[in-house]
Amino acid sequence: MSISISHISKSYKKVSALKDISFEVEAGELFGLIGPDGAGKTTLFRILTTLLIANEGAATVAGFDVVADYKNIRKSVGYMPGKFSLYQDLTVAENLNFFATIFGTTVEENYDLIKDIYVQIEPFKDRRAGKLSGGMKQKLALCCALIHKPKVLFLDEPTTGVDPVSRKEFWEMLKRLQLKGITILVSTPYMDEAALCDRIALIQDGKILEIDTPEAIVRHYPKAIYNVKANNMYQLIKSLNDYEHNHSVYPFGEYVHYTDSRTDFNPKELFQYLESNNLSAIEIEPTVATIEDTFMELAK
Amino acid sequence: MINNNVIHVEGLTKMFGDFTAVDAITFDVKKGEIFGFLGANGAGKTTAMKMLIGISKPTSGKANVAGFDVFTHAEDIKKNIGYMSQKFALYDDLTVKENITFFGGIYGLTRTRIKEKSEALIEELGLENVATKLVGSLPLGWKQKLSFSVALLHDPKIVFLDEPTGGVDPITRRQFWEMIYKASHQGTTVFVTTHYMDEAEYCDRVSIMVNGKIEALDTPKKLKEQFKATNMNDVFLKLARG
Repeated sequence: MSISISHISKSYKKVSALKDISFEVEAGELFGLIGPDGAGKTTLFRILTTLLIANEGAATVAGFDVVADYKNIRKSVGYMPGKFSLYQDLTVAENLNFFATIFGTTVEENYDLIKDIYVQIEPFKDRRAGKLSGGMKQKLALCCALIHKPKVLFLDEPTTGVDPVSRKEFWEMLKRLQLKGITILVSTPYMDEAALCDRIALIQDGKILEIDTPEAIVRHYPKAIYNVKANNMYQLIKSLNDYEHNHSVYPFGEYVHYTDSRTDFNPKELFQYLESNNLSAIEIEPTVATIEDTFMELAK
Repeated sequence: MINNNVIHVEGLTKMFGDFTAVDAITFDVKKGEIFGFLGANGAGKTTAMKMLIGISKPTSGKANVAGFDVFTHAEDIKKNIGYMSQKFALYDDLTVKENITFFGGIYGLTRTRIKEKSEALIEELGLENVATKLVGSLPLGWKQKLSFSVALLHDPKIVFLDEPTGGVDPITRRQFWEMIYKASHQGTTVFVTTHYMDEAEYCDRVSIMVNGKIEALDTPKKLKEQFKATNMNDVFLKLARG
């Protein structure tokens, strides 16, 4: 077991940030912590990387206790915090050398591990980190977190605010690192990234809503779900929200995802109701739930 | 201004030294339209938006926003638009009510009008119980919804939203979009940037910027046909990867 978390709770004054969190991450796993801002993701990362002490519960990382063996954990993990950890006044190469030296190693010694990523920013190695674009900073920060060949890598919202192209590239990098045997715990507010993890934990308001593989989480969605479309999106959402039998109404791209509160739901009835609300070009088709549907159902 | 366009942009360009951040972009936005302004990080979206809201002077080209020229009437533009950024929106150490009063005053609303607006807005957002609480103590999703309402306080013709839903939970994100639909339904033009590609599908039309240029502009449906893609994420990946 690479990470083991048992009944962890943490409060800041009156605010309870984490409530009785337990889960385990296996060696070599790419595990996703999926939840919005304020869910408690960063607090959990800080506890696991020994920067914060929990009020209750226990946790081990790479076999070490987060309180008693904190020094050993710091040597064996890489941590990329959500806000950038780089020294803005040092160049790309200087940042990397700095982090290698701090951890008692050299860039050359573990160059294999970062090569794929570093070659992309090498043309800018003499540029100060503060002058890099968001995507390049992200890559440099990942190199710095990897330079001492950690057993476990903690990535706190590495893709927040990053465009879809860079996000895709970043996940491809993570998959390659996973193949090199590194355990990865990554957090994200983007539900579509959940499908790229081996297992995920959905977290909101300091509580775990569900833990499983992305496929299983989607399979466990409790309702029949429909794609609904009509000529006017605003009127459609309004009409569905006013429909007395609705269970949930959520816009999803060009459709609205609709679930009904009855077990004997007949889409024809809904069709007639929408027609009577002056909507046209109505389509109602069964569809499959996504991670985001599941998240919203559990968070309701 | 010709016909129904509330934004008219022609060959708009911004250079920083030798670097062309925005490269001769041309487009129109209609009244009441929800216009998605997409692009990779560094593609020039923020620079373009700054020119449209009158806080950055273009190097060349033409732009008319809400009936005013960006070169000569930038101050008039500011009075006729609303703007909401992800980073700074409200004062954390003022209460909900104080924030509304403050921005109402900035926009030049009368005291009576501010009072009416403030009450209506607090009721609509269901913020009665927290009206006298500091904004800093509210969850992010509530702040974003409040911030959007504040940007609409002075009934602007156009509201510019710069990544309004980043990091917000999926339910609140959708409530936020329902507010956008409502504003658009009432005739306010919405100009919005986002990194969530499902949100791009909610827009009437979408433009995608690549290296300072607008490389695609159409309804989400037509863009998907044009790029033979099943969703906007695919459209984006095909375009931005070249």
